[in-house]
Amino acid sequence: MPKVTVDGVELDVPQGATVLQACEMAGKEIPRFCYHERLSIAGNCRMCLVEVSPGPPKPQASCALPTAEGQVIKTDSPMVKKAREGVMEFLLINHPLDCPICDQGGECDLQDQSVAYGRGATRYDENKRAVTEKYMGPIVKTVMTRCIQCTRCVRFAEEVAGVEDIGAIYRGENMQITSYLEHAVASELSGNIVDLCPVGALTSKPYAFEARPWELTKTLGIDMMDAVGTNVRIDSRGRQVLRVLPRVNDDVNEEWASDKTRHHVDGLIRRRLDRPYVRKGGQLAEATWAEAFDAIKAAKAGKSVAAIAGDLVDCETMFAAKALVNALGSTLLEGRQTGLDYDVSSLSAVNFNTTIAEAENADVILLIGTNLRWEAPLINTRIRKAAWKKGAKVFAVGPEKDQTYKVTWLGDDASLVAKLPASALDALKSAERPLIILGGGGLAVPGVHGAALALAKSVNAVKDGWNGFSVVHMAASRMGGLMLGYAQAGGIKDIVAAKPKLAFFLGADEVDFTAFDKTLKVYVGHHGDKGAHAADVILPAAAWTEKDFTTVNTEGRVQRSEKAVFAPGDAREDWSIFRALADALGASVGFDSFDECRAAMIAAVPALGTEGLAGYGWSVPKLDAKPAKGPIPSPIKDFYLTNAICRASPTMQRCSEELVHGADFAEAAE
Amino acid sequence: MADAPQIPDEAEVRARWGAFAWTAENAEKAKAIIARYPAGRQRSAVMPLLDLAQRQVGAETETQGWLPVPVIEYVAAELDMPFMRAYEVASFYTMYNLAPVGRYHVQVCGTTPCLLRGSDDIMAACKNRGMTKGKTTPDGLFTLTEVECMGTCTNAPMVQINDDNYEDLDYDSMVRILDDLAAGKQPKTGTQNPKRHTSEPEGGPTTLKEMVKANHDYRKEW
Repeated sequence: MPKVTVDGVELDVPQGATVLQACEMAGKEIPRFCYHERLSIAGNCRMCLVEVSPGPPKPQASCALPTAEGQVIKTDSPMVKKAREGVMEFLLINHPLDCPICDQGGECDLQDQSVAYGRGATRYDENKRAVTEKYMGPIVKTVMTRCIQCTRCVRFAEEVAGVEDIGAIYRGENMQITSYLEHAVASELSGNIVDLCPVGALTSKPYAFEARPWELTKTLGIDMMDAVGTNVRIDSRGRQVLRVLPRVNDDVNEEWASDKTRHHVDGLIRRRLDRPYVRKGGQLAEATWAEAFDAIKAAKAGKSVAAIAGDLVDCETMFAAKALVNALGSTLLEGRQTGLDYDVSSLSAVNFNTTIAEAENADVILLIGTNLRWEAPLINTRIRKAAWKKGAKVFAVGPEKDQTYKVTWLGDDASLVAKLPASALDALKSAERPLIILGGGGLAVPGVHGAALALAKSVNAVKDGWNGFSVVHMAASRMGGLMLGYAQAGGIKDIVAAKPKLAFFLGADEVDFTAFDKTLKVYVGHHGDKGAHAADVILPAAAWTEKDFTTVNTEGRVQRSEKAVFAPGDAREDWSIFRALADALGASVGFDSFDECRAAMIAAVPALGTEGLAGYGWSVPKLDAKPAKGPIPSPIKDFYLTNAICRASPTMQRCSEELVHGADFAEAAE
Repeated sequence: MADAPQIPDEAEVRARWGAFAWTAENAEKAKAIIARYPAGRQRSAVMPLLDLAQRQVGAETETQGWLPVPVIEYVAAELDMPFMRAYEVASFYTMYNLAPVGRYHVQVCGTTPCLLRGSDDIMAACKNRGMTKGKTTPDGLFTLTEVECMGTCTNAPMVQINDDNYEDLDYDSMVRILDDLAAGKQPKTGTQNPKRHTSEPEGGPTTLKEMVKANHDYRKEW
């Protein structure tokens, strides 16, 4: 613990801390461009200069200088002020004065820091150099003349995304940041380099020239695109969500977000269901709420009611639907819409028990039937951290897909889970913190779940202070749904077998609707997608940005999201639809407002009342552990088009065409 | 303007060079080069291997050689490194050519000492032979590049042509050298001043004269 003095204040800093960190601990702001807490230290922008003694009599880059006992650091001396002014002047020599037309304006580090630490006027009369634009894919727009070569994007691509496609070519004044041969950056995390860029060189292509940061309303939300539960900030103006940015949460997403999280938002204003529809003579026709309710009442379903939840619904919606179904006298609830029927007698057996943050501490990792990079990109970054930075060994059973780190593929036969090759088994057994990750593909094959649990037991993956058995879900609604009882023993087959006269599909688009041809299908959702096409009655509901809600991520973390905008047209928040429907059907759901709905939900499932890990303990059932021979399927066919909102989003469609299906959209760099 | 150099069309280059592989002789050399570096640090061999590849391309095309994109990728794949990292190296160093060059790559130094000693004349000699900076002559013989200091200031002005230096030049000697090269003859390399062998002072030493014959202790004279 070296003792250093920062501007006359003495303080102890941890061993190995840099001078910049010491200054921050002392509450001093150090301007910087290239330094970033989550990336390696580059030390090339020189903005963080401070005066340090003992040492050479010149300013030193604090980000790359380790602290030492008895150092005296000055951050406000005339030398430091002059040094910062000098660095800023050099940085601005080639930086264009185009702030008024730059999308970074208002949230630009260079802008802010030149006001705070710059000279205020230029002495440079020569020509500025210009750099041609680079093509980096459908997400990232480039204006490379603005680049100050901090190399944050290069380091992010290499260290976090694991896609070494971005680099700095040429040298000196000609140095340019580019993707390899200007191909699109093939990463599902490429949007993060837009946030990392301290200037306006890399900006968001779909959001180009949409809005200024100061005119946006910021709402704290939880992303519903996958089961990671990325903490986001929803930026909206008027009734439209313009962008979604990640918030820092070290337990979940650090400060990253996947491209799907960021850029599905243009789907929120397209293909929306903004009024009720009723099928008349085989055609869906616009209707009023009253007509829609009458159509439902006319089914005279009585007790024969079911509810099937889709991937994007929140706990309150599922609870409201459950309250109605229960009030009508039925318990037919199911959330695994594609037909999965794994055992849910203990939620600990289907939970990401290790927790996302702890996963990076694993030393031997086995992936079973999961393309983690697509199923949960932000869990994949943790595994990459474990594998790439900390040297963990990764084995995998399942269809081979590039995971951005070194994986030993054992094959895609499900029976391998029960009898792993000796190399993998020995590695797991001798590991201090073994981690077994079971994905959606694995859950779909009977016996794999049980075999994975048996494996966890045999390699002693669950011990004091370490639970190495984790399940990755793909649906944001999954854990919440399971907590609310949206599961039948036989999965959706049980619902089909019960032949309900009336079924509510809560944003469920992936169901095999042909199995419900005798049922009155009521689609309660927000997008005109597969579910709406098959429905007999459509009740327009609110998307995730249009309501307050509670959701539970794959590690059982209860999180709350707030309402950013209003639902379009006649669409209503989901709880109120079921409340009104209860009246129409002559039942009582027991709540009259959103707050009462949430309170009733918490009363029913107390764990949903506190934000944070729900904690399911560890008591797993003994399951059939004999997986059948045969390949494990790959559940996600297209990362960018996994749900109704994405499919409505032009940005996601283009990402899919270009990055998954390889269509060539490369623009000629003028 | 920091514009990209005239990198040839990618599809054409891939068609021509996509099947690049070491010759038997170079494969041996490459193996030896990689073996110089400790296990797990093979990437360090990227620079000598790129040079080797450029020479092989040069031998195949009878030029000084260049690095087509598939060749860079071949080297990167051999060293198990991302293509981008190898491309960064190839683009950083000016001795790797990213576009085809002629039989002779004439690199004229234009930095201050050479400039003061008459590099403008050297440049004029090149221009008068039909060379243009950054271009290859239509007959494919010469590519002219102006470079920064090559560390031969005592023998300024100088040019580097392929692997050889020609020093103490003037207009006439430069013309002669270019004529010889064009005629397929190998001109004398190094200094063109008949009174010098290498970089020693012309007409004998000008300092430390006492040291020529025997060791001499100058300290007493300080």
